Amino acid sequence: MTVPRYDAIVIGGGHNGLVAAAYLARAGKKTLVLEKRPLVGGAAVTEQVFPGFKYSVFSYVVSLLRPEIIRDLDLPKHGLQILPLESTVTPLDNGDYLAGWADADETREELRRHSKKDADAMAIFGHLMHHMAMAVKPILGMIPPDPTSLSPRDLAGLLKLGRHFHGLGQEHFHALHKLMTMSSADYLDEWFEFDALKATKSASGIIGTFLGPRSPGSAYVLLHHYMGEIDGAFRAWGFQKGGTGAISESIASAAKAQGATIRTDASVAQVIVKNGRATGVALTTGEEIPASLVVSGLDPRLTFTRLIDPKGLPGDLVDGIRRYKFRGSSGKVNLALSGLPDFTCMPGFGPHLRGAISVSPSVDYLERAYDDAKYGEFSRHPYMDVVIPSMIDPGMAPPGKHVMSIFVQYAPFNLNGGWNEAKREAFGDAVVGTLARYAPNLPSLILHRQVLTPDDIERITGLTEGNIFQGELALQQLFFLRPVPKWAKYKTPIEGYWQCGAGTHPGGGIMGASGRLAALEILKRAP
Amino acid sequence: MLKSTPFHPRTSALVRAQTWRRWSGYQMASSYDPHPDREYAAVRSAAALFDVSPLHKYLIGGKDAARLMDRMITRDVAKLKVGQVYYTPWCDARGKVVDDGTLSRLDEATFRLTSADSSWRWLHMNAVGMDVTIEDVTETVATLALQGPLSRDILSQLAPYDMGKLKYFRVAKTTIRDIPVSISRTGYTGDLGYEIWVDAERALPLWDALIEGGSPYGITPAGVWALDIARIEAGLIMLDVDYFSSHHALIESRKSTPFEINLGWAVPKDKGPFNGRASLAAERVRGAAWGFVGLEIDWVSFETLFAAHHLPPAISNVPWRVSVPAYVGGEQVGYATSGCWSPILKKPLALAHLRRPHFAPGTKVDVEVTVEHTRQRAQATVRALPFFDPPRKKS
Repeated sequence: MTVPRYDAIVIGGGHNGLVAAAYLARAGKKTLVLEKRPLVGGAAVTEQVFPGFKYSVFSYVVSLLRPEIIRDLDLPKHGLQILPLESTVTPLDNGDYLAGWADADETREELRRHSKKDADAMAIFGHLMHHMAMAVKPILGMIPPDPTSLSPRDLAGLLKLGRHFHGLGQEHFHALHKLMTMSSADYLDEWFEFDALKATKSASGIIGTFLGPRSPGSAYVLLHHYMGEIDGAFRAWGFQKGGTGAISESIASAAKAQGATIRTDASVAQVIVKNGRATGVALTTGEEIPASLVVSGLDPRLTFTRLIDPKGLPGDLVDGIRRYKFRGSSGKVNLALSGLPDFTCMPGFGPHLRGAISVSPSVDYLERAYDDAKYGEFSRHPYMDVVIPSMIDPGMAPPGKHVMSIFVQYAPFNLNGGWNEAKREAFGDAVVGTLARYAPNLPSLILHRQVLTPDDIERITGLTEGNIFQGELALQQLFFLRPVPKWAKYKTPIEGYWQCGAGTHPGGGIMGASGRLAALEILKRAP
Repeated sequence: MLKSTPFHPRTSALVRAQTWRRWSGYQMASSYDPHPDREYAAVRSAAALFDVSPLHKYLIGGKDAARLMDRMITRDVAKLKVGQVYYTPWCDARGKVVDDGTLSRLDEATFRLTSADSSWRWLHMNAVGMDVTIEDVTETVATLALQGPLSRDILSQLAPYDMGKLKYFRVAKTTIRDIPVSISRTGYTGDLGYEIWVDAERALPLWDALIEGGSPYGITPAGVWALDIARIEAGLIMLDVDYFSSHHALIESRKSTPFEINLGWAVPKDKGPFNGRASLAAERVRGAAWGFVGLEIDWVSFETLFAAHHLPPAISNVPWRVSVPAYVGGEQVGYATSGCWSPILKKPLALAHLRRPHFAPGTKVDVEVTVEHTRQRAQATVRALPFFDPPRKKS
């Protein structure tokens, strides 16, 4: 029997791997995706862990999926259907709440209840962040030029970027600099006075990083999350019908429609390298599959130190990868519920149940949650971003029943004494217990509970240290530094071996940009 | 004083931003939330509940009922079985469309006709010398449209009838929580859906039963904005928006034949005498001068127009209903009449009238867009309608 010959093998059927495969296949490459799990999606999967209840097990909302990918791959035809997730409600410790609604007037009135100044500031802040996001947006769609390189291509890229930033004007350039260097709490202090508002906003600056709201550098992540807003017209933000796994499936379907082959339950043991050139992969079963291009969708540590023998790599690259920070800091709790939680701050049924509930009552609360993690413990009272997917898509649970998705931070990968069964359950108890302070009936509704620590995330998905972004979105490892200097253009020192995961520019979230840019670069360099 | 529908006590309590509009002399909700996003999403993801009571509704009975209907509409009533529903236009003697609506054959000699405009006079003019009874039930029959992928699941919980057996464009009598209703497998959204016809006096208990039984399935009351987005995606035309009734057109050029508004399929070749037959037969040979098609506006070209002003593209989540010129090579070849951002297709869409030969699918046209107070043109591609056509629509 002859083994089918592929032009390209993509290792890992996460969303970036699938996007890369779809673009490669679209360009005529005979492409094979190999996924170790029985289902594609990586950290964007929907699974019925408890019969009848669908969990978006890890990643749970979509915000930054690039519009050009949606268009190029015609994802709506393949099942992409994003439903509105309209509000964010922050329960406060005094029994009140802070709400952000879909309607700007309603949101402003709500904010005026807490601070009239903040309500006015919000509009101006929104404009500034709009300009900041517009300033940074082109970067999301470009292959990062290396400022230390003198190659014509890098210089052209830098020139373009330079002109772009020059066009920003002084005021915006200064603001951008602040965003790049400050902590989200300090940055927001310059704008707002209401603590819960600052806390809730700064929460988006800490997601997926091992930073607190007062850690310098967290303001940038704030911006990263604002980026979705300038695609506002395109409305790619919200909740995917059927959970995030359905996004992965839609990309997989598009890849297949372009001619790509997807094999699940196919775990790659290593990339076969001959004379400094990748020639295929070997599966854990011993099966070898040849291909002239091998593209790793796995994170940088796996890409450079497990799939290949790092001995053949330049020392500074291996060092860089060793220092590259993962530091998984978040966990996930998924609940199957017999009914709806009753929040003390907004009793009964209401629109808040269709949006996000943010457990971020104050900046101190978040910083204390971080303090626990700094010293190797999970937060006793963590930051939580809670959604009830079945309120948005009733198909996620049996009629009248519900699922709840709780993103939790902080849960350090390197827990004192390490993670084990008991610690996991204690972590789950802390999450449910903290949330029950705001919705006392919650514990009595729980039919099933799935608790995922960074350790579990690593074990199940392969993501090193359970970092959901394939490495922190910290300034020292972004753009032309992601994952490491000189190797930020998807290339590796091994001929024919490429990287396309979120560990490359521009990074994590269900964005697909890394996969797309990698594929475009590969097609340009290895047509 | 505008009229209100029998569901008004329920719907009026839900209109949070007082976003009312008119529909056939009734006050109706544009949306219940300040914006239609969630209501539209329910159409494509769960189930949306629309009050469509302003539709004009007539019961036509008597020995000559079938003859009257056959004379009036373009489709062949002889082929309309009991329990079947037609969507059909009807024309004046010159083949210009008067109105469009549904015709249900409730039994051998009883029909229910719906229309956008009042059809009372036209029915009587056509009934001269016939043995028919015409009853205007517009105000005595209330109508809800339950539209969306979970609409069947909801009705299956509430009605003893086997909803799986009610095929596309069929109608049946049954009950919902003991309230007598007629349910047709029809709608104006291009999705799986039903229209429920009830005695106006039982309207409120019906609404309550649907809301209660539908809540576990995400039933969502929805207004005209959401309906409009769905019907544009489904390529369904609207009287007085996309075309004018020949009875109301002030000038001849505002009138349309069925062929000109994408309803040529509803004009059978082999049918006997009916209003407009000769003119339509001639036009079939001649070919229509206009086509009514979909336009898909190219996002990149659209975005570029805004980027020139350092602006992100401005797109409303509310559908539009204005005349927008369409060009080929700088020359105007037609006009769009309604459009929206399609949340499910992630494209800006429009419905447009284009002159022959520019209406062939795939034709590139430019449509006018106002960007920062200046008139610009964005590229668009002609598409056959409907834009969105899920298999469940006919399932």
